[in-house]
Amino acid sequence: MAEPRQQECAPAQAAFWRRPAFRAALFQTLLVLALCLVGYSLFTNTLNNLEQRGISTGFGFLSQEAGFGILQSLIDYNETHSYGRTFFVGLLNTLLVSALGIALATLIGFVMGVARLSGNWLVARIATVYIETFRNIPLLLQIMFWYFAVLQPLPRPKQSLSFGEAFFLNNRGFYIPGPVFEQGFWLVGVAFALAVVAVVILARWARRRQEATGRQFHTVFVSLGLLLGLPLLAFLVMGMPMSWEYPALKGFNFRGGMVIIPELAALLLALSIYTGAFIAEAVRSGILAVSHGQTEAAYALGLRPGVTLRLVIIPQALRVIIPQLTSQYLNLTKNSSLATAIGYPDLVAVFAGTTLNQTGQAVEVIAMTMAVYLTISLSISLFMNWYNKRKQLVER
Amino acid sequence: MKEHVPHPDLPPPISNVGVIGWLRSNLFSSWLNTGLTLLASYLIYLSVPPLIDWAFLRADWFGDSRDACNSGGACWVFVNVRFDQFMYGLYPAAGYWRINLAFGLLVLLAIPLFIERFNHKGLLAAAILFLYPVIAFQLFAGGSFGLEPVETTKWGGLTLTLILSGVGIVASLPIGIILALGRRSEMPIVKSVSVVFIEFWRGVPLITVLFMASVMLPLFLAEGSHFDKLLRAMIGIVLFQSAYMAEVVRGGLAAIPKGQYEAAEALGLNYWKSMGLIILPQALKLVIPGIVNTFIALFKDTTLVLIIGLFDLLGMVQTAITDSNWLGFSIEGYVFAALIFWIFCFSMSRYSQALERKLHTGHAR
Repeated sequence: MAEPRQQECAPAQAAFWRRPAFRAALFQTLLVLALCLVGYSLFTNTLNNLEQRGISTGFGFLSQEAGFGILQSLIDYNETHSYGRTFFVGLLNTLLVSALGIALATLIGFVMGVARLSGNWLVARIATVYIETFRNIPLLLQIMFWYFAVLQPLPRPKQSLSFGEAFFLNNRGFYIPGPVFEQGFWLVGVAFALAVVAVVILARWARRRQEATGRQFHTVFVSLGLLLGLPLLAFLVMGMPMSWEYPALKGFNFRGGMVIIPELAALLLALSIYTGAFIAEAVRSGILAVSHGQTEAAYALGLRPGVTLRLVIIPQALRVIIPQLTSQYLNLTKNSSLATAIGYPDLVAVFAGTTLNQTGQAVEVIAMTMAVYLTISLSISLFMNWYNKRKQLVER
Repeated sequence: MKEHVPHPDLPPPISNVGVIGWLRSNLFSSWLNTGLTLLASYLIYLSVPPLIDWAFLRADWFGDSRDACNSGGACWVFVNVRFDQFMYGLYPAAGYWRINLAFGLLVLLAIPLFIERFNHKGLLAAAILFLYPVIAFQLFAGGSFGLEPVETTKWGGLTLTLILSGVGIVASLPIGIILALGRRSEMPIVKSVSVVFIEFWRGVPLITVLFMASVMLPLFLAEGSHFDKLLRAMIGIVLFQSAYMAEVVRGGLAAIPKGQYEAAEALGLNYWKSMGLIILPQALKLVIPGIVNTFIALFKDTTLVLIIGLFDLLGMVQTAITDSNWLGFSIEGYVFAALIFWIFCFSMSRYSQALERKLHTGHAR
């Protein structure tokens, strides 16, 4: 009586709707259908809405004349240029502030990170206070503080604060002498490029020789000599083809030299101080992650402290620091979009701000802006994956 | 027999113990350190006394117009006069008690969560997550139970900051969990959809997301559907935040040993049961500090809504300092806002560190 029932209850396979493969297929089909439905309804709604508002779709607007000025431009730009060009002006300004910010934040971060671990109690305390203060205050607030509370109330150009008659600080910006390149300066550039190539070759040769024979070479000093010496030689040979142009007050404003506009200065200060605090924490955690035994082992092998730091501690700390560092660089680049709050003409302020308002091409403009940031972050992510794979601890 | 009696130990040299010893080892251990100490002391001397002088000694605290600020220090009168606006935005003064009641209720409900011996934490947390928002919304928006309706355009100040970050974290947690599970799924389409969603939102700055929410969302929806500006900002923040939350949760899922997954399967639990009963409780516990950290980031990021025209705490400060009656007190306004944000963020980060130590129960390998 019991036997046949048992056989009935033990089928060779479960019913098809209980099989994982079937469920997975069904679920994914439903997901794709739902996504298509949502996408389709968004698409048709958008088309309808655009038609109602009389906005034509497409990227034709990019070739129209923009008709608005931009505060700062790294490439030639005026009102008669196209909307397409405003995109590049904004993009370059974003890249400029990001590059400068990354350099400054790295400097601040490394100094402060090491300072926080310093044996000097006072220095460590100051670094801690810096990190804990600026990490916990919103970046936008800091940007606005520097811009509206510090840089805007500076005196007008006529009452500028001057430093040695060459540097001037007023509410229009920070004026510094600018280099003027005369004929023949190209040779200096060529000399520098040659020096870089020479240093690379030299470093490779030195390493190979050390691996083969154990003899060391003073690569650092020779490279420095090459990098400074060759361009200097070219500079002297061509008869010093460069001079400095000093800013001078003409009428209501300064002319000549170079200027850092207050918008850029505020953004740069806030970004580098804010990100510097995060980088300092990354540096600290990286150094702490290298166990003390490593230092002791290096000393036991007879390495001097400087060499220990350079060859044992830093390479291992970098494994922890670099991933955090790149994610902070990425954050800084994305955060530079807050420029729009104080009117620094970055990509978001110029393109997703003024250009969008003038043309009304919201979909195209936002898509292009997002694509830029996505490209930057995806390429950095790819670099990170490559780096992690290369540097991963190979354990037995 | 003469017993050898050793001399009593000499006390350590005076230069190695006590204040002098501490000073020697911590401040003046080498020439370099001495130099650094002197430099640091000089910097402190340059900055701290003037700061204290400005902020406390010469500051004006009470009054009701800018005439009260005449002693040359900070003018806290400005903050004093505007305090209600900084806290409640443009909310009608007669309704302040509703906001106070809502936040008071939240604090009261949350207190038992921090008491070790309280046993129904799960139930209470569910009430806070699902029941409380309904009550709070009724209190804020009004329109029922005889409460006067208040439009969302009048919500502002610290209240708005707290509402935005609260909604952001509560709504993004479930979405983030789903996305994290999706990213670890074995179904290729589910996995790639999750990956694309997460990487997209993590790759763009919040400000473009907010622009998108305020400019493009109305285009995406069918004609005639009106969307509140605050709601649009919230949708943007939640989408953005859920991607970050997903990555945090994914970290927790990855930290659970494979044996746990296999054991759940061996017990015959299906996917949702094994996730809900075995994996997620452990994974979420692991990532509580990470969740607190994303909450801190979100809390700071809510200030961005002022760019699309909502007045959170920073937005209210910004409008206050451009008031022609109070020009020239921007530093006081910013310092006050910074202080509020700092208190919130710093205490949360301390809490997260304490949690990390407490929850560190042997998962790390």
